[in-house]
Amino acid sequence: MTGTGDSVNVISFRDVYFGYPGNDDYTLKGVSFDIRAGSTEVILGGSGSGKSTILKLVLGLIKPNSGVIAVEGRDIGPLSEDDLMDVRADIGMVFQEGALFDSLSVSENVGFRLREHEGLPEKEFEERISRLLGFVGLSEFYDRSPSDLSGGQRRRVAVARAMAHHPELILYDEPTTGLDPITGSTICDLIVKLRDLEGVTSVVVTHQLRDAFQVAQSFVMLVDGEIEYHRVDDVELLYGTEFLVLNEGKLVFQGRQRDLFRSDEPYVHKFLEGQIPAFRR
Amino acid sequence: MIDAISERVKSGLRSLQDYWSISYGAAVSLASRPRYWRETLDQMDFIGVGSLTIVTLTGLFTGMVLTVQSSATLDAFGARPYVGRMVSLSMLRELGPVLTALMVTGRVGSGMAAELGSMVVTQQIDALRSFGTDPLRKLVAPRLIAGVVMVPALTVLSDAVGMIGGYLVARFTLRLGTGLYWHSSLDAIKMHDIFMGLIKPFVFGFIIVSVGCYQGLTTTGGTRGVGESTTSSVVVGSVLILASDYFLNLLILRFVYP
Repeated sequence: MTGTGDSVNVISFRDVYFGYPGNDDYTLKGVSFDIRAGSTEVILGGSGSGKSTILKLVLGLIKPNSGVIAVEGRDIGPLSEDDLMDVRADIGMVFQEGALFDSLSVSENVGFRLREHEGLPEKEFEERISRLLGFVGLSEFYDRSPSDLSGGQRRRVAVARAMAHHPELILYDEPTTGLDPITGSTICDLIVKLRDLEGVTSVVVTHQLRDAFQVAQSFVMLVDGEIEYHRVDDVELLYGTEFLVLNEGKLVFQGRQRDLFRSDEPYVHKFLEGQIPAFRR
Repeated sequence: MIDAISERVKSGLRSLQDYWSISYGAAVSLASRPRYWRETLDQMDFIGVGSLTIVTLTGLFTGMVLTVQSSATLDAFGARPYVGRMVSLSMLRELGPVLTALMVTGRVGSGMAAELGSMVVTQQIDALRSFGTDPLRKLVAPRLIAGVVMVPALTVLSDAVGMIGGYLVARFTLRLGTGLYWHSSLDAIKMHDIFMGLIKPFVFGFIIVSVGCYQGLTTTGGTRGVGESTTSSVVVGSVLILASDYFLNLLILRFVYP
């Protein structure tokens, strides 16, 4: 594993360049960063800034043109599709819009990986899926088809599907985009719950600051078996979440929420100004 | 101008390379586990059972029209009793395989391109890969097996129904005796005709599925791209079927026929 001091990096990008075939310009231009185990990394940026591309690179769905990407200390660049399966076994991914399989029921979607790779007995399979659907508050949708679900319910099923095999890292690609603020907020609560109760490292790609700050400032505790949500309003106290800001394929900021507010970087300021009225000069 | 031509050539070669990797990858995946038998049976149902009506109707009317058309010519030579021979050989060697394949391309090839294309644009293919499942093994290989098994089976059905259609017209419109028609039909069929009639749909089945899957899996450009892939799968599939039919004829006539 790559480590700095006493922390361990789950993901490490070093000078990564990537361009989609047919495009003249690179989507990512020399991006370098580290993500520590147990932390939450929020990747911010406008549409087309290369945020989602980072998640696809981490999963090895696409290969960089140059640079090194290490996941749990392993350079995934030279790995074949078969070897990448081992790397992906520790990662869960929540795709934009959920990407649920239309031909399968909700329970088959959530248990897809368990059916494919773990061969659990039917009874144990059903218990596990019921527990997962209970975690995201959709127990009664066990046999329903994804086409019967609303946008928010699809995302929640996608979260249950991503956590089914107990991954150490979950990647969220625009998990709240296109949802109303209340539904978006329930998805953010799920991310926080998964992070704090299951100890999962999270990477959240979004362009919605409100949701990013909700994830950064909330925490969850179990008190007498009951889940309690708390919110920290003093950003000076926040240590668990880091922010990355991308602009046109370049990383323009990496740091905590308090440093984000103090940043002199013009794009960061413009980004904050666009979404937080108090930042307007 | 030269740049544009070289870009077209490069893009054509890239497509050919992608088509090869998808077809080869799916075929090679059959040699190792896991194999998806449930998906294969589902696809056999979709291709085979689902196409029964369309293939039966096509075969029936082709046999009927063939009898009407050929009887006019045969009558000029007083050869009406040979109409059964004309229908059976035409259906078995050429029209059965080609028309069945064209109908299945329209129904199945387009369906596969649309389904896989939608899965690409909604990131379901990426999701499959992220779960450690190979889309070629899970989605393409079962379709390939189903295609090369069911298209020949549908062709046999189409041949048989075509001959029956021919018989109905010969018996009730041309007033030809039942024995005369069937004797002429079956007597004309030789082993190499059956071989030609079965080897073609085997190749056509592979073409229909591989083109449909290739067009679906290489879809770009959202829902509009899905529409384009669906259209291309029918156009490219049909042209490839007719072109390969010509070359298969040359090969089989050269090496199989006495």
